[in-house]
Amino acid sequence: MPVVHKTGTVKSKQGSNTQSQKAPTAKTAKAASKKKDEEDGTEMGEGDEWMQGKTLIKPLDQLDLTEAELKEEFTRILTANNPHAPQNIVRYSFKERSYKPISSVDQLAVHFVLEGNLLHQDSDEARRQRAKQGLPEEKATVETAVAEKPETPAAGGEDAGDVEEGGGEERADSVESKAGKKEQKITNQFNFSERASQTLNNPLRERGCQTEPPPRANFSATANQWEIYDVYLEVLQKQEKNKEKAKAVPKKDDDKGKKKMMLVETQSDDITKVAKVAKIIERMVNQNTFDDIAQDFKYFEDASDEYREQEGTLLPLWKFQYDKAKRLSVTALCWNESYKDLFAVGLGSYDFTKQGRGMLVFYSLKNSTFPEYIYPTTSGILCLDIHKHLPYLVAVGFYDGCVAVYNLKEETLQPIYKSTAKSGKHTDPVWQVKWQKDDMDNNHNFFSVSSDGRVVSWTLVKNELVFTDIIKLSLAGAVSEGPEGVQLPIMACGTSFDFHKQIDYLFLVGTEEGKIHKCSKAYSSQFLETYNAHNMAVDAVKWNHFHTKVFISCSSDWTVKIWDHTIKTPMFTFDLNASVGDVAWSPYSSTVFAAVTTDGKVHTFDLSINKYEAICQQPVVAKKKTKLTHIEFNPVYPIIIVGDDRGYVTSLKLSPNLRKKPKEKKGQELPKGPEVEIAKMEKLLSLLREPENSNA
Amino acid sequence: MAEVEETLKRIQGQKGVQGIIIVNAEGIPIKTTLDNSSTVQYAGLIHQLVMKARTTVRDIDPQNDLTFLRVRSKKNEIMIAPDKDYFLIVIQNPSD
Repeated sequence: MPVVHKTGTVKSKQGSNTQSQKAPTAKTAKAASKKKDEEDGTEMGEGDEWMQGKTLIKPLDQLDLTEAELKEEFTRILTANNPHAPQNIVRYSFKERSYKPISSVDQLAVHFVLEGNLLHQDSDEARRQRAKQGLPEEKATVETAVAEKPETPAAGGEDAGDVEEGGGEERADSVESKAGKKEQKITNQFNFSERASQTLNNPLRERGCQTEPPPRANFSATANQWEIYDVYLEVLQKQEKNKEKAKAVPKKDDDKGKKKMMLVETQSDDITKVAKVAKIIERMVNQNTFDDIAQDFKYFEDASDEYREQEGTLLPLWKFQYDKAKRLSVTALCWNESYKDLFAVGLGSYDFTKQGRGMLVFYSLKNSTFPEYIYPTTSGILCLDIHKHLPYLVAVGFYDGCVAVYNLKEETLQPIYKSTAKSGKHTDPVWQVKWQKDDMDNNHNFFSVSSDGRVVSWTLVKNELVFTDIIKLSLAGAVSEGPEGVQLPIMACGTSFDFHKQIDYLFLVGTEEGKIHKCSKAYSSQFLETYNAHNMAVDAVKWNHFHTKVFISCSSDWTVKIWDHTIKTPMFTFDLNASVGDVAWSPYSSTVFAAVTTDGKVHTFDLSINKYEAICQQPVVAKKKTKLTHIEFNPVYPIIIVGDDRGYVTSLKLSPNLRKKPKEKKGQELPKGPEVEIAKMEKLLSLLREPENSNA
Repeated sequence: MAEVEETLKRIQGQKGVQGIIIVNAEGIPIKTTLDNSSTVQYAGLIHQLVMKARTTVRDIDPQNDLTFLRVRSKKNEIMIAPDKDYFLIVIQNPSD
């Protein structure tokens, strides 16, 4: 509460000035002295009083006033005005839009403020607090209840009694608690202390765990038309496989075996998978290396043939050789009908003394450095033939008299069929084998001719080779004395044979004695005809591809003869100055044929151009000692392959002169087909026949 | 297995062949006769080329497939033969 200054006037006279001066001076001196020395304050103070009673001390900063001024009266008035309050507060009035002085200024001066926390006991706040505490109110109600007891005896008697009892009990308690509560209240209100306690906080520990992230792999793919196609194909294949499995009875063992196989295959990062691709690459590389040869093969046509009237040349192309076959001689050559660039080479030896192993080798024109297939054999091969319709079946005749059939599709190096002593193999070398048409039961069969004089037909029945003697070549008239007096016919040695192209049962057999027999499959003992062809063994006999009556034969007696099978004497005879190893008709012309001799030359004849001489005589091997053993025309391309006794096979391209087709008169179309060829041959023959007829 | 090795040897022995690389379907070379850096370079670049060529051929006709690819340059010729899982690269200088 502010202490208000009392108003009053205090008049002070001059007379009392000194006193008043004294008092203040004394006070001030006291104060000063007190300030200086508080310890000696009391003594000094007392001393000062004694001293000041006598003398007058002026403080240093006392105003010097004149007597008149000293005597001046000062009026002091106590007013209620606050000396510190401003007297001219101005406020802006929005109404009048100017600054206006306030009418009255607040003169209240606050000297002291103390916030208290006392409450009047009947105030609202006090009541609320009581309510919180509870007891004082009950006590009040108890008291009122007690007072009201006599007022409500009957109705609220029990209640009151209860209440009273409760109240009484409580009263007893409350008396104590009342005081205590009052005290508590007080303490709660004024002496509040907060006691907090904290439980022990468990130390926090962070525990994290991380699972292994799932393995991730990047996957990217494209969806193209061909990818979709591939997937469809796969699904189709799987379906087909499932169907097959459903049909066949599956064995558990087989399945397990298959599964194991599958596992093995997928585990190894195999280099064998590259096999097919490696082959392609090898061919490509070869094509590059032998690029010029390949170009020649395809496109080169000897332009100089125009200047050479009739003669032609043979352009050497690839040379095929195999390391392991170096010491063997080429004993058989055969082109594959279906794959025009594939040909088979049979290797062995013609030398009686040097008999050893042999080899069956397949080359492709696309790769001249290495064979496609290699089959080593125990005995030398003397002849071979590839089936016309099944290009994977190859029949082979051996020097030891066996015949065998190889299947190129098989992985093994062994033949699928082989004749043995039990199954009727020849007792002498097999000189020629030839496939025939499938017999009635659709079994494949082939014929073989051998020096033991037998022409045998072999049939492939399931797993066996069944033989049938077709004919036995016996020397006419010659009979030898066998043991026990039985007369055995001496067998002629067959060295070659050929089947007629059109007439199935007709075939020719050439023998070592130089005779050619015309036989039929139907007659097993008799020949249809015999020709005294040569003085030495007939090395080859071949029907003409076009003309049905004409065949050619060659022999070691240096001659090549052309026959009409109806006439016993040859139509043409050519002397080649050296033993003729092989002769072959060309597939494109009925009048062109080629022969190879042991002096390394290839003689090519075209009867329509020159009836007496070869239009091409060309040595094809480097060393003169090498003997050429076989020759074959390619059915499609204008090339020939020539085998020699050193194991080499040389391919040569026929120049245009050697491939001449008959010239036609202008305006007419070029006739095509075999009829032309036949006609051509016929013309030739007729020229020869007429004089003969006339002679005869 | 030996046959394939022999074939590869023969190819390597051919005139003018500078190197052979066999690359698997992911473009990682698994066998090579060249040095490492060249191999990696060839494999990476040619892999893309082969994929592109194959896609081209097959998009035109899904039943068709790429047999081989020849890239002839001034200095040499790169021959690539792709397979289902692998492809073979041969670098040859045919004029040598």
